[in-house]
Amino acid sequence: MSEPPLLAVRHLDAFYGDFQALFDLSVDVQAGEAVAVVGANGAGKSTLLSSIAGLIRTRRDAVTFDGAAIGGTPAHTIAARGIALVPEGRALFPSLTVEENLLIGGQLKRPGYWNLRRVYELFPMLAERAHVPSTALSGGQQQMAAIGRGLMSNPKLLLCDEISLGLAPIVVRDIYVRLPMILAQGTSLMLVEQDVVQALKATQRVYCLQEGRVALAGAAKDLTREAIAAAYFGV
Amino acid sequence: MIDWINVILQGVLVGGLYAMFAAGLSLIFGVMRLVNIAHGDLIVLAAYVALVTTETLGVGPLTSLAFVVPLMAVIGYALQRLVLNRTLGEDLLPPLLVTFGLSVIIQNGLLAVFTADSRKLQAGDIEVATIRVFEGVYVGLLPLLQFAVAVAVIAALQFVFYRTALGRAFRATADSQSVAQLMGLDNRHVFALAMALSLAVVAIAGVFLAVRANFDPAIGPARLIFGFEAVIIGGLGSLWGTLAGGLVLGVAQAIGAHINPGWQLLAGHMAFLVILAVRPEGLFPKVRL
Repeated sequence: MSEPPLLAVRHLDAFYGDFQALFDLSVDVQAGEAVAVVGANGAGKSTLLSSIAGLIRTRRDAVTFDGAAIGGTPAHTIAARGIALVPEGRALFPSLTVEENLLIGGQLKRPGYWNLRRVYELFPMLAERAHVPSTALSGGQQQMAAIGRGLMSNPKLLLCDEISLGLAPIVVRDIYVRLPMILAQGTSLMLVEQDVVQALKATQRVYCLQEGRVALAGAAKDLTREAIAAAYFGV
Repeated sequence: MIDWINVILQGVLVGGLYAMFAAGLSLIFGVMRLVNIAHGDLIVLAAYVALVTTETLGVGPLTSLAFVVPLMAVIGYALQRLVLNRTLGEDLLPPLLVTFGLSVIIQNGLLAVFTADSRKLQAGDIEVATIRVFEGVYVGLLPLLQFAVAVAVIAALQFVFYRTALGRAFRATADSQSVAQLMGLDNRHVFALAMALSLAVVAIAGVFLAVRANFDPAIGPARLIFGFEAVIIGGLGSLWGTLAGGLVLGVAQAIGAHINPGWQLLAGHMAFLVILAVRPEGLFPKVRL
């Protein structure tokens, strides 16, 4: 591809205090693409997303987005640039209702396709529960609300951290079936997942992380289950 | 009997003032878990700012609000942004220590500039005007006005918190600072706005205090105690609860004073201790601690 990627992570090292979680990591997301990042617990997937979103400090040139180096920029500034993170475990605001969670997602008022009405069209079950405290939703509904909240800022890149976590397979399918609609409106996706099967079906390219490094990278259709299993478990 | 009605009524009206002392405190604790030890002294500071405003501009106390409220709000924003934001973190102790130091600085600063002389703002005829409710029961116009303003302030804060984007930002940031940042909210700015709002309420409370009673640089800590008790009695996290807490405190003090003038403060503290023993979460708690 001759076009520069929308997101370019290059030689990223990430630390929690003295503990190094990511080593010399490089990944790409092209505009309009859905990319999966898979790996076992502790492989560094969430750390990668937190580093991109600005919750973990990085070197300035470690993360480039839309042509600009954003490493080390505060998280609220990165959100304004068009990266939205759907955090692990949903992380809805307990003091806010479902609708208030969505509205605060739109706090930045970035222009684009997504607004409250269209998020409700995508997730009709949220419209039915608009004024309910967000804590009263089921896990699947909370995940949809968290994704909707991310969409409300009309991001160019949506980072999803383990959206299948703790959900029944039928619920996970219900969520994944909507991802193409999100892509169609121009938001690129980076999906961190432990559910490899679902991730492979939903994305064009896959990175497999193992102990903070990229163990395998390639087109989703080209990678065999054996190759992924080997990279996933470090066999 | 009529006697007791008057007593309760006086207690209710003073309770409104206590609720205003408490509202700013409650707001700050709710948004950023910060206990502002200097809160009472900031009320007294506002009273002195009102004093200077009325003397230099030649306006009445109520008009001085137009100047004192914005000034205190700006002071609040700067205080939070420049000093208190640095103290916020996992530990509850640094904000307590810094605001304690601030309390000492404010008291001594006011003492140096204004001396220990007792001062009072004159509001004119309204101070002695009374309304006859019915035979034998009279209500002062000024206390009634202050009570009405206290209720209006609490209603306005409630509106801000639950019906505006700013209020959503306050509640979200209080829930989770990191996720709030993902929404594009700058925590430093949100906290500073909360402190500005708190000190705007403090400004109103300060002007009312200045008109109602004598004040001097040392009376801040006692106002903090009343505000604190009103918040705890009412329940953390509930603004209407803070109003209820103020009323309970005011009525308790009035009843105590009626039995024996020396028992006024004690009665208030006793009521506080009883609530703490019987229902420690307060009358209308809302906050998950």
